[in-house]
Amino acid sequence: MKPFAYLRAGSVEEAVDAHAAHPGARYLGGGTNLIDLMKLEVERPPVLIDVSRLPLEGVRELPEGGLWAGATVRNSDLAAHPAVRDRYPALSEALLAGASGQLRNVATTGGNLLQRTRCPYFQDVTKPCNKREPGSGCGALEGVHRDHAVFGHSRHCVATHPSDMAVALAALDARVELYGTEGRRTVPVAEFHRLPGEHPERDTEIRPGELITGVVLPAATAGLPSAYRKARDRASYAFALASVAAVLEVADGVVRRAGIAFGGVAHRPWRARRAEEALVGAAPTEDAFEHAVDLELAAASPLRDNAFKVPLTRGLALDVLTRLAPRTASPA
Amino acid sequence: MDGPHHETGTGDRARESARPTGPGPGASGGGGALGTLPDACRSTTTLRVNGVSHTLTVDNRRVLLDLLREDLDLVGAKKGCDHGQCGACTVLLDGRRVNSCLLPAVALDGCEVTTVEGLPALAPPEDREDGENGGDPLHPLQRAFLERDAFQCGYCTPGQLCSAVGAIAEAVAGHPSHVTDPAAPSGEPVPLTREEIRERLSGNLCRCAAYPHIVEAVEDVLP
Ligand SMILES: Cc1cc2nc3c(=O)[nH]c(=O)nc-3n(C[C@H](O)[C@H](O)[C@H](O)COP(=O)(O)OP(=O)(O)OC[C@H]3O[C@@H](n4cnc5c(N)ncnc54)[C@H](O)[C@@H]3O)c2cc1C
Ligand code: SF4
Ligand code: FES
Ligand code: FES
Repeated sequence: MKPFAYLRAGSVEEAVDAHAAHPGARYLGGGTNLIDLMKLEVERPPVLIDVSRLPLEGVRELPEGGLWAGATVRNSDLAAHPAVRDRYPALSEALLAGASGQLRNVATTGGNLLQRTRCPYFQDVTKPCNKREPGSGCGALEGVHRDHAVFGHSRHCVATHPSDMAVALAALDARVELYGTEGRRTVPVAEFHRLPGEHPERDTEIRPGELITGVVLPAATAGLPSAYRKARDRASYAFALASVAAVLEVADGVVRRAGIAFGGVAHRPWRARRAEEALVGAAPTEDAFEHAVDLELAAASPLRDNAFKVPLTRGLALDVLTRLAPRTASPA
Repeated sequence: MDGPHHETGTGDRARESARPTGPGPGASGGGGALGTLPDACRSTTTLRVNGVSHTLTVDNRRVLLDLLREDLDLVGAKKGCDHGQCGACTVLLDGRRVNSCLLPAVALDGCEVTTVEGLPALAPPEDREDGENGGDPLHPLQRAFLERDAFQCGYCTPGQLCSAVGAIAEAVAGHPSHVTDPAAPSGEPVPLTREEIRERLSGNLCRCAAYPHIVEAVEDVLP
């Protein structure tokens, strides 16, 4: 690990100012990803700005009926929060499907969104990787890529985003709240992470020095049936091979609203917009779910060794959707 | 200045840290010796560890695990992977279980740490068990591990113990797990079935695969 200076920010403004004064600095949340990558010298920040004690903790009710979850809320506390469990169950389930009890006690909302890919070439500084070292090539493209993307990748990068939480947030139409020298803004979680294109070194739409202050869960998906399901190589404490988060609103025997996101299969939580469009207005039958999910999966382009993710995602998606449907179907 | 500057607070366990100068920064990844390190790259931090306050000046790279083992000679917490992947380094931080290998000590100023060495003191005195052959008292879970033969080499055991103590407290506080029924009422204690214990302790790997006996030992001490 390279030596670094450490600053503890007392306020959001102080954090952003400190970042502006120290180019190359990194914000420190729980450190469960950043310190790991610093030990590997994938990250070599000269300065860490500790934001874990900023007054961005807690979960608050919003006047319009949604929820605000602070950037420094620990993953375990967010998952256990009664309002989250009650109104946005997919979020609680996604958080609990990730990492371990110890890690969730430390990991923060902000850090979870900005965690880096688990691509083994990215984590090994002796290997080529366009994300870590633009222009050096992509080791995974023709290398070991069983865990990599089947949607939206480019020849420059085939990595996936590893967060479970972000997949649920994307399906639930949550927004990321950001603060920077240009002020405050919010971005939909589903558009926050980028596709790699020609610039895989940029994971997200965050601007240099911008701080995540929280996430906003909208009233529109509050209280709707939602769920998360994840497939992994062992039963617990492993990243997703594929996962699905979905929220479904059914009224008068017809789907009114569908939010579906796939995890572990793309450089960002993959919003299954084609499937959603096909479902809205249809009766929530098994046939309709199969038709919709297959429409989405037709856009998949697996790599040499990860075609198994397509049927895996299909099975997860159909399971989640059928689990949600009976709970919403109105009596005829 | 040689080694981390260290002042211990109250308590007869207070001791001077006298670590030899190590190689300069860059050569050592652990951030042990301060050597020629620029002032900006070291900080003074105060931690209470097992009830004793310690003020140390450390290289900012010092993670809690190395501070415990190398500066405070508390070698119970183990280094298995150094990357959050095995749980051998688990300790309690302000009462919550964490992986000490990923926590920079400078970020923990003012925090309370309990290591496996401090577990017996967490149990109410009437629940503390006598040690083997007149040794130190034991936490009831430590006694249960002995009785259930819940280890072979013992390398993962301090982490398993701290993790289980933390997991039981989480369940009592109503924290759900991946296998808890999502419809279970919020805030009420979650009963720890075998399935729950296995899931909640999945962050602690055991190379000797003592898992079945670990689960039984935890069951023995459930509230
Ligand atoms: C062994 C292991 C297994 C894991 N398994 C899973 C899993 O199954 N599923 C899963 O989803 N995750 C998993 N994780 C990843 C874990 O969820 C992340 O490490 C964690 O969520 C990161 O949060 P943090 O607060 O510790 O982030 P940090 O490590 O502190 O930061 C991560 C990044 O975010 C930046 N950052 C932090 N806070 C802010 C902020 N407020 N504003 C702007 N930037 C910020 C940092 O500068 C850094 O670049 C696992 C991790 C490990 C080590
Ligand atoms: S997939 Fe992306 S992260 Fe992995 S080696 Fe290729 S460029 Fe790097
Ligand atoms: S040494 Fe910390 S988790 Fe393995
Ligand atoms: S007892 Fe040997 S690693 Fe667990």
